[in-house]
Formats: sequence, structure tokens, C-alpha cells
Amino acid sequence: MKKLLEKTRKYLMPLIIALWFSFLLLPFKGIKASAFLFIVLSLAIPAMQLLSNFIKKIHLPQIDFNRYIPQDKRYLPLLLIPLAAVPFLAEDYIIDVAIMSGIYIILALGLNVVIGFTGLLNLGFVAFYAIGAYSYALINTNLGLGFWSAMPISVLLTTISGFLLAIPAMRLKGDYLAIVTLGFGEIVRLIFNNWDSFTKGPNGISGIDPPFLFILPIDSLPDFYYLVLLLVIISVFIMTRVKASKIGRAWIAIREDEIASSAVGINKTLHKLYSFAFGAFWAGLAGCLFAAKMRFVSPESFTFMESVLVLCMVILGGLGSIRGVIFGAIILVFLPEALREVQMYRMLALGAGLVLLMIFRPQGLFRGESVSTRS
Amino acid sequence: MYLLEVKALSKYFGGVRAVEDVSFNTQSRTIFSIIGPNGAGKTTLFNCLTGFLKPTKGNIIFSDKDISGSSPDKISRMGISRTFQNIRLFKEMTVIENVMVAQHSKIRCGLLSAIIRSPSFKQEELTIKEKSFEYLELLGLENYKDNIAGSLPYGIQRKLEIARALATEASLVLLDEPTAGMNPQETEEMMTTIKNLRDLGKTVILIEHDMRVVMGISERIIVLDHGVKIAEGSPEEIKNNPMVIEAYLGKETH
Repeated sequence: MKKLLEKTRKYLMPLIIALWFSFLLLPFKGIKASAFLFIVLSLAIPAMQLLSNFIKKIHLPQIDFNRYIPQDKRYLPLLLIPLAAVPFLAEDYIIDVAIMSGIYIILALGLNVVIGFTGLLNLGFVAFYAIGAYSYALINTNLGLGFWSAMPISVLLTTISGFLLAIPAMRLKGDYLAIVTLGFGEIVRLIFNNWDSFTKGPNGISGIDPPFLFILPIDSLPDFYYLVLLLVIISVFIMTRVKASKIGRAWIAIREDEIASSAVGINKTLHKLYSFAFGAFWAGLAGCLFAAKMRFVSPESFTFMESVLVLCMVILGGLGSIRGVIFGAIILVFLPEALREVQMYRMLALGAGLVLLMIFRPQGLFRGESVSTRS
Repeated sequence: MYLLEVKALSKYFGGVRAVEDVSFNTQSRTIFSIIGPNGAGKTTLFNCLTGFLKPTKGNIIFSDKDISGSSPDKISRMGISRTFQNIRLFKEMTVIENVMVAQHSKIRCGLLSAIIRSPSFKQEELTIKEKSFEYLELLGLENYKDNIAGSLPYGIQRKLEIARALATEASLVLLDEPTAGMNPQETEEMMTTIKNLRDLGKTVILIEHDMRVVMGISERIIVLDHGVKIAEGSPEEIKNNPMVIEAYLGKETH
């Protein structure tokens, strides 16, 4: 009896849902549309159930991508050869995309410090990117300072802004922190958008100087590619070393268990501050590079979507994993370009890909690399 | 001269008196137990001692310094470390990394020397790693060194938490139910371990429900009931104290 009831419920439920929705639609669209909706829903609901059952049954082998990468650091310099050869082999378009992925690698590595290491959900990270880019743009166009003197100042300003955001944000956790940082991101963008006299508002700032090497401007794509490559290498280098130090371990301890971390003598407020500031540092550097490459900045480049994109890079690669984040950034910059063939569907395909990844590999591609014993 | 002096400590949560006017002293290099029925305020007392809760009234004096109301990390750096009733490990770190984290405040080298890998940084990391390994050996965990902490069996995780607490180089170690959920053999091992800690010069304060453990290893015991200290003494004295028997078993009615 009970079984029968359950069975009728299982088969009747989609019909009842479909009937209810078509009933709701009836006054608005007429009998024909309602009937259509009824048929569609009564077929679609069981189909969805089947699909979700099917997905539950699939067990993809959990591949450990770390295994396919040589752990021996001595091989790393070999990677430089293909990387250095890119400008000779690839066309300008590819070099351009490669430069952008380099900038995004630095940006994503910065966010990885905050989210991946320390476990603080920062949804307004693009604000620091914007502050870096605008600082360089404003210092360069107003004061006439070149890249090499304006960059340290901009990066310093960004780091300070990271500290300033962190001070009120440190009292908050999880979702609340996410909302505050989200608000911060929007505030920064709106300031740049509306402070017409200073930032030229939505028109943006143009005529930014490229970096110079002594008197030679670094404005051709291959030259700029080498500059970005150098800075990416430096940032990866510093990042791995900081991760394997006292401060990196403290960050990861805070992510794993805040209470336990303070029980072993870690000042968690201070280390969260460091984390925000250190993350902002790299975002500032990425922002400078972005402004110097585009030679133009406008608030449009720093929307919330940009924060989400960088967040996706970090999650796709695997929170906390440096090589994962590098892969994540490269994939998410190159993939939309490669999908240009299918034009309007590319964002859809990318989104579907991310959803599938989260279903089958929620920990990202490279999660689980150890903290300090393997640096 | 006492290592820890608790003077008239009270902790209220609104109208609830979780700990009420508790005083006791702990001598250096002893095993001191806090027992009492569920909800007696034992863990609240621990949380006050380690700075996770601010006492409403009273003072905590640790090696002649008043630490009442200090932050947990500060208290930990001063030399009191603890374990938790529900294990709190850094689950995604390896076993040795868990212990290395605990030596955080012992490391002097800053960010810059970490980036350039200065010789002093390398030396310090090496020392930390060796010391951490020693702590693992002390608890018999050396074979698990590179395992991910969260993947270990329960008993091993408890031991690792103790190793981590020791690695802060605290002189006073607070253990919150170290033998909870252990089988008799593991409990036996834990008792030996705790005795070893005392022989190494540590002072141990223990919250424990297993009477065999409490009576077997503690030198002094206090009994809490409804936040109030109802008895203090040696295991023998506690065993025969009518107040304690009443708190645990209830009053005789006939």
C-alpha cells in the first residue's frame, strides 16, 4: 500500500506541478499557451529527475593533476624556453592574449592569497586592480612620472588601501565579509566613474605612457610580453616562498581552523590584515601593467564581473594551489578566445563548463598540494 | 609558588552562571584534574583560562602575570596551550605541518628573509622541522609524518592535537577530554603519555570523564558542579567525599 502511494506520488507530482504552473499562466496568455506549458513541464520535470539521477551515478576517476607535473624544481627553468619563444612563433593576436593571461595570473595569485590561503571570501578584489591601474594612470598623466617610478607608488597605494579595507572587514566572517568586500568593489568603481574632475569619469583616462627601458619604450607586443613574463615569474617565485614560510603557514592555519590557529599563538587579526594587504599588492601590480598595456583606463574594465572572473580562475585551478591558479587564469583567458568561433554561445559554453567542473571536481583541478614540506 | 593561580573566577552568560567563584592553584610539574558532571562548567573554565572567553569576575595569574582577559594568541605565546573537546586540527595540512604551525611564534625571520631564503631562514626552518619531528616522536606519530591530518583515525588525531599543543613550548598544557572515544588500550597509552609530559617538566590540567584515568594519574583534583567548586583534594580524598558522590549519583532518599 505504502509503496503504491509512493509510486503514484512519484508519477503524479510532475503532472501536478505542471498543472499548477499552466493554471497560473492561464489568465495571462490564454488556453493555448497554458496547454503548451503543461506539456513541456510534464515532460521536462521527469527528464530533469532522470538527468540528476544519472549525474549522481557517475563517478569520474579523481585524477591527481599534480602527479603529471614534475615535482622536481630543477625542470622549471626548461619551461622558460617555450615561454621565451612565444613572440617568435605566435601571431600578434596570440601574444596579446598571452599578455592578458599574464596580467590575470598576477591578479589571480593575489586573490589566491586572500581566498585560497586565508579563506576570506573577497568579492570586491577588482577594486584593488582598479586602484592600481588608476593610480598609475593618474600619477603618469598628472605628474609625468614614468612606469618604474609610478609603479612602486601605485602598488604601495593599493597595499595601503588593502590595509584600510581590512581593518573594518576583520570583524566579519564568511558571507558578511563577502558582502562588505562586494560593496567596497562597487564603491571604488563608482568613485572612479563619478569623480569627473579627477578621473574624467566614464570617459576614462587616455594617453598613459608605456614603460620605458632607459629611453626605449616597451610598447610593442613582444616587448611587453617579456615584461609581463618577467613579473609573472617574480610573483610566482615570491608567492611560493611566502607560502612556505611562517606567514604562509599561519594563513593556511587560519583558513583551516581560526580558533585552533589562535590557540597555537597566531594573531589572526594581524595575519588577516597581512593577507589582505599582500593580496592587494599583487592586484595593484596587475593594475599598473593593465594600464600600461592598454594606455587607457576606464571604470568599465573594473566591474563586478571582473571580480567574479578572477574568483573563477582561483576556484577552477584549486583554492590555495599556486600552479592551479596559474592554469585557471590561462584557461579562462584563452578559452573565451578559442570559443570565438561559436560567437554568441561562448559564454554559455564557458558557464556550462564551470558548472560541470563544480559538480564533478568541486575542489578544482589542483587542490591538495601540501603547504611547506614541498615548496 | 604556584604556576597558575585562579582567584574567584566567575563567568556568566546573561543570567546563567556557568562558572561561579572558582579558585584553585596549580603547582608546577603536576597533573591537575577538573572533573564534574556534564554542564558543570569545566570547558567554560578552560575557555576562560585560554582567553577564548573573558571572565566576568576574578583573576587568573600565570607565572606571576595577570592574564585574565588577554587574547588567546597572547596567552598561548605566554605559555598556556590547549586541546579541544571536539578535535580542531588543520585538516588539510600534513601531520608535521600541523606541528610546525604551532611553533609560529618561535620563528624570528620575517617576510624578506623568507623571500630571499637567507641562511638564517633556512637554519630556522630546519630547526623547526627537526623539533616538530621530535614532538611527533614523543607522541609516537613519526610514521604519520606526511599524512594529511584530516584523513587520520580518531585516536591519532587526538594525539596529534596534543603534539601540536606541546609544540608551542607551553609550560602549562590544558587537555580537554584527551581519552574521549578511545578504547581501553589507547586510554592506557594516553595515561602513559600524560605522565611523560609531567616528567618532561610540563604542568598538565586535565578535563576527564574516565575515572580510571583521573584517579590513576592526577595528583590533585577539583570537582565542579553547576559552576561551583564543591571539592578539592587528592584522588583518595575526592573518592570518599560525600559531596562528590552526591553530585555524581544523587542524594540518598531513605
